[in-house]
Amino acid sequence: MRRFAMDQAEAIVKSIPCAVYAPVEKDALVTYERFEDGMTLRLDVTSPDKSPKDVLFPQWENLMHFRMEGKTIEITEQQRCDEDYVIFGMRACDIKAFEVLDKVFLAEPVDTYYAARRQHGTIVALACGEPVESCFCKNFGVDPANPKADVVMWLVGDEYYCQAYTGKGEALMAAWETQEADEMPVDWAKGEIEKKYDALPFAKLNLNGFDGEHLQELFDSPKWKKLSLACLGCGSCTFSCPTCQCYDIRDYDTGHGVQRYRCWDSCMYSDFTMMAGGQSRPTQLERYRQRFMHKLVYFPANNGGMYSCVGCGRCVRKCPQNLNIVKVIKALGEDEK
Amino acid sequence: MPVTNSEWKPKIVAFCCNWCSYAGADLAGSGRLSYPADIKIIRVPCSCRVNPMFILRAFERGADGVILCGCHPGDCHYTSGNYFARRRMTMLFSMLDYLGIERERTRVEWVSAAEGAKFSKTMNEFAEAIAKLGENRKLGDIRCKK
Amino acid sequence: MQEIAKRIQNRALELLADGTVSRVLGWEKGETQADWTPALFESAEEMKDFVYGEYAGANLSKYCLKLKRLEGRTLVVLKPCDTLSFHQLTKEHRLDREKFYIIGAGCKGMKDEAGTLLKCNACKGKEFVVYDEIIDDEESRKPSAVMDRMDGVSDLEKMTAQQRYDFWRGELSRCIRCNACRNVCPACTCEKCVFDNPASGAASKAPVTDFEENMFHIIRAYHVAGRCTDCGECSRVCPQHIPLHLLNRKFIKDMNELYGDYQAGEGDDERTPMTSYTKEDAEPGIVKERGNA
Repeated sequence: MRRFAMDQAEAIVKSIPCAVYAPVEKDALVTYERFEDGMTLRLDVTSPDKSPKDVLFPQWENLMHFRMEGKTIEITEQQRCDEDYVIFGMRACDIKAFEVLDKVFLAEPVDTYYAARRQHGTIVALACGEPVESCFCKNFGVDPANPKADVVMWLVGDEYYCQAYTGKGEALMAAWETQEADEMPVDWAKGEIEKKYDALPFAKLNLNGFDGEHLQELFDSPKWKKLSLACLGCGSCTFSCPTCQCYDIRDYDTGHGVQRYRCWDSCMYSDFTMMAGGQSRPTQLERYRQRFMHKLVYFPANNGGMYSCVGCGRCVRKCPQNLNIVKVIKALGEDEK
Repeated sequence: MPVTNSEWKPKIVAFCCNWCSYAGADLAGSGRLSYPADIKIIRVPCSCRVNPMFILRAFERGADGVILCGCHPGDCHYTSGNYFARRRMTMLFSMLDYLGIERERTRVEWVSAAEGAKFSKTMNEFAEAIAKLGENRKLGDIRCKK
Repeated sequence: MQEIAKRIQNRALELLADGTVSRVLGWEKGETQADWTPALFESAEEMKDFVYGEYAGANLSKYCLKLKRLEGRTLVVLKPCDTLSFHQLTKEHRLDREKFYIIGAGCKGMKDEAGTLLKCNACKGKEFVVYDEIIDDEESRKPSAVMDRMDGVSDLEKMTAQQRYDFWRGELSRCIRCNACRNVCPACTCEKCVFDNPASGAASKAPVTDFEENMFHIIRAYHVAGRCTDCGECSRVCPQHIPLHLLNRKFIKDMNELYGDYQAGEGDDERTPMTSYTKEDAEPGIVKERGNA
């Protein structure tokens, strides 16, 4: 266990020789951005407006470019990521979200764009201190006091205590200016975090019955009608979600060729999964149901019980009409199975 | 903005209404009045056929300036099309200006079928103005650049 | 506000009981203080969850579109600014006035977790343009605007083109194309939006380039120009806090200055500025003559 003063954090970020993604102020928001001089580091924000999902799975990325010259077509494939980077100050829920994304992108056939990025990253986690009202991570097996990462930091008083857990983490931390530290204060801090998170309004949601066994019952529940009524069908929840991983592949006609790119898609959209047959989900009720059934039922049924919600609370805060997964869990969970 | 790239040539799109301005362009041609080759004419049935999106799409695909030509107010082949076009373009140009796009990149001129000389003069002036402004860097899709 | 809420609730129960209306569109309280959701109540039993008050920011006119084909009449609770949106929709024949029973609800300005809503700071007034009955009190009839509606637009107009460009690049680059602004807008009522239609050539699910961001936001605001009542929902719902109302208000300001004062949602069958003209209208060149460069 090592420690360094709180105000040294920025110097440490700057000393890291590769690219660093960290929560910084961006106009009215706090988001994970590639850290540059002049940016304001905001490690104090428990749940930034966007998760670092973009680092592994950007909102859009080029896949290949087709160039037409007379009768020949020249195809250029996009280079995979070959640059090391560090994500600094990541929280336990977002780290858990990476595990969810791994299940999707690293399963056969492996998504090589994602895999290359995943390999080159080192994660420096920060244990949570002050939760926000909308946090409910503990319901999904996330421990905000003990994130799983290459390096983990805990804030105790005005010092960060840090510990490396992997070889990558040790190599990174070796270059930091830190002092030897005792584990006692960290154990105390962990206990405090535990208490704060247990006292949250959504700390104990009843997830009994959200599994493959009850799939049909949940799917047929008459409650979806009322739950989905106010849904606008915008993509705020899916785009702020750290685990939503659906994407669309599109071609852009540049006039001299075609740029093929992929971009996030949202199951809330009317043209989601629209294919030649024209069979996409007809109403917002079906789209709304799909999102929550996927997170709470289909995904765990296919992945050994792992929910694809991590309880970060972003959708709770971002939904313009205040619809959210907590309301769905509470409403459907009432039907005791 | 001085033009630094010597290879740059302005690309200008001119939407011309079928009944007046396109005929005006024709007259300019048959009268051997010249206008710059950088100007690409797109014929539309009426100036009010031009949806704001047409103007934006022209910029997207690399235009440095867009000009709309139609019949003089009062002379529209469909009675009132150009009056509507006038309001639409005023609103669009004002919005582009509001977003910080150079206001000289857009223009509306009324050119009748008998005004070959005016057509040639208008186009020459507009091309000159665009050449002076230089390349359009604020409103275009970079993917369309070669 | 609680007293107004109670009166609305009681009145709605009466109307449900005597069969005047078949359902009530209002708000339901959620898990936290500011967590209110538009909801539909179909029985006296369900009505116990009905709320109205300072977190009822959502404009329910948009939901009327979803409910317009249901049997019987729907009671809808509208704030003064919401009635403009509702009336605009009936003027465009998107809604049948007879299908709705409107309770005009007194409003003292709405808020969310962060405080008073932006749209309420520039409140357009407490007049109900359409209603079956009004339930309000003395306090809710007092004007509550604390700023001029066009302040933000005027400030931008005073800047140089480069400053404006930088301002909008900063704001619009945060767009994630979630489409919340479009989907919440009571004036956006196309069955299939051009931006969702792959055949339009403009469909895109991500703001891949600066151009796409500009295009989407210009067209979104342009398409509702003359029909936008300035209800402010677009800015309220934006998860990225982009001041979208500044685009809509620019169109409103321009139309007012060039074609005469006009408030969408008011009046009965006059044409909107974008669907009418006069022979003396300004030429588009006026843009070049106004303001600074």
